Amino acid sequence: MSNRHTNPDQTPAVTPQATLPATEEDPLIIGGRRFRSRLWIGTGKFGDHQIMREAILAAEADVVTIALRRLEHTDVARDPFLPYLQDIPDLLIVPNTSGAQTAEEAILLAELGAALVGHQWVKLEIHPNPRNLMPDPIETLKAAEQLVKKGFQVLPYVHADPVLCKRLEEIGCPAVMPLAAPIGTNRGLELRYLLEFIIQESRVPVIIDAGLGAPSHAAQAMEMGADAVLVNTAIATAGDPVQMARAFREAVLAGRRAWHAGLPASGPPSPTSPIEEIRAFLSTLEEEANQEAH
Amino acid sequence: MSFLSVLNQYAWEEIHREIQSVYPWAVPRVLRKDPPISLQDLKVLLSPACRPYLPELVYRSQQITRQRFGDTIHLFIPIYLSNECHNICTYCGFSLTNRSIRRITLTPKQIEAEARAVRQMGFEHVLIVTGEAWTVVHPEYLRQALRILKKYFVHVSVEVQPLQEEHYRMLRSEGLHAVVLYQETYSQEVYRQYHLKGRKRNFAFRIETPERAGRAGIRKFGLGILLGLTEEWQTDSWFLALHLDYLRRHFWRMFFSVAFPRLRPAEGFATPAKVVSDLEYVQLLSAFRLFDPDLEIVLSTRERPQFRDFLFTVGVTTISAGSRTEPGAYALHTHALRQFEIADNRSPQEIIRVLQQKNLQPVWKDWEPALV
Repeated sequence: MSNRHTNPDQTPAVTPQATLPATEEDPLIIGGRRFRSRLWIGTGKFGDHQIMREAILAAEADVVTIALRRLEHTDVARDPFLPYLQDIPDLLIVPNTSGAQTAEEAILLAELGAALVGHQWVKLEIHPNPRNLMPDPIETLKAAEQLVKKGFQVLPYVHADPVLCKRLEEIGCPAVMPLAAPIGTNRGLELRYLLEFIIQESRVPVIIDAGLGAPSHAAQAMEMGADAVLVNTAIATAGDPVQMARAFREAVLAGRRAWHAGLPASGPPSPTSPIEEIRAFLSTLEEEANQEAH
Repeated sequence: MSFLSVLNQYAWEEIHREIQSVYPWAVPRVLRKDPPISLQDLKVLLSPACRPYLPELVYRSQQITRQRFGDTIHLFIPIYLSNECHNICTYCGFSLTNRSIRRITLTPKQIEAEARAVRQMGFEHVLIVTGEAWTVVHPEYLRQALRILKKYFVHVSVEVQPLQEEHYRMLRSEGLHAVVLYQETYSQEVYRQYHLKGRKRNFAFRIETPERAGRAGIRKFGLGILLGLTEEWQTDSWFLALHLDYLRRHFWRMFFSVAFPRLRPAEGFATPAKVVSDLEYVQLLSAFRLFDPDLEIVLSTRERPQFRDFLFTVGVTTISAGSRTEPGAYALHTHALRQFEIADNRSPQEIIRVLQQKNLQPVWKDWEPALV
């Protein structure tokens, strides 16, 4: 990243950040597993299973989330949904606990989901209010704690709450998934300021989930240093979901590359008169030093 | 992963080269950013290329400091309890090899007398300082000292030898609020050159101290380097920022302060490898302010009055005043050995007048002792 600022005549500078390879080979690592793509797709709201499948392929996503409550999990053979996903190579299908209103319900759904998909990755969602789907931080923390103990890789969907994200990290969540805006609103990075806190402090990947309504929102999230984004509504309800999935993919790559490159800043220029005073004082310091040297 | 293993992934030479080779045009780009700036951008502000932009950098630092801390400066004073030390460190007046001096460790009665004198001066926040002599200044001694000082002061911190986690836990339960321990330098090679003998020679044990203190629930930790030990102050201070970044992520409940003491002559000891100039010092403080707007930046009386008065407005948040660096100096007039020479000998009252002229409010008390 720093190469842009440094003199090419010198030996190239190397730091862990600077040596990150090109964006395409910049894997996301969560709980020891490598993911190729930083765009995750939610599978609700698609009008057609085949279009959903094509959108996932166009997005080149390797993670999709799926609401357990949508599935015929008691008889997988009869499920109309899974066949569209199961043969996509390297795709991790992560059940979510949507519908759960308490920690107990979420744990039950997580266990049913694990039995169905044969692994223990779960997106933990607990939203007791069925209208705005605001996640319940207290139940989420409780459920996450127990699920982690049971060996789950818990990906908690939460408010953009920096303290809650640290608490979830501490109890062993391998990533956190704060919302950018209320789910399904397409409002973009409404909570940008708080998300920045989370990204600055987090030791685990931060996946921005919910509220991203356009590829430009996803690009902004990646530019500010998010590790990945999860998108559903904006793709599923677009005029052409497959084209939109491709647009999101490109936006996420562009945003990630911009983050590596180091964004230029904007902002007002500094006023001159106080700076002139500082300059005057600094030059007296310099003169003193010169006199001492003589 | 401990910070030491993080540190070992970096090559000093490479960071140095990167900082030295920053392009001038990268600087205004970073100066316009909203803080906090990244570790990568900090290299730009520490670089020689930033020198022509120093007034702009200082102005940014002033603005951010006032925005975050208001027009206030916090006051504290060190209380030296012992100058006994079993280490040989070639820059320090307390070094074991310094035979010319009177060694003294205050008794509980003497500590009480010092506490009364310091309380009279108005201070509420004090910093216990000792050398490293485990036979006399052991955790039990510190517990006793803390019990006495807590009767007089709301906030007591220690700058003593690195301790074990269990010791920090015990001292915390006695009301210890903060631990200050400077790594001196992040270059393991340079560290070995100056720390010839004694427990302090163990770089690893020292560098992992904030992690032990953090696990023990200590609320605040003071980091620092001694400017002048290496010629490459920019690189050394960048590693300090890396340490801070690591600690903020791993111990997110902890509060941090930093200090950049410049090596001053102690009684007949090593001369600095490099004298960090005033302008470089100003650049360093200001760059750190942009790196962490909430950081407590501490300024001691090692710096001379005129320069200190300027720094009060630049990014510094916390200062000592009226300090003496020999044990028993405030009440007992022991004339024992000093750790280093003070450059600003003004009394706390004089310092307060200066602060008031600059529209800065002195803050004596900023802690509730019921909270520990």
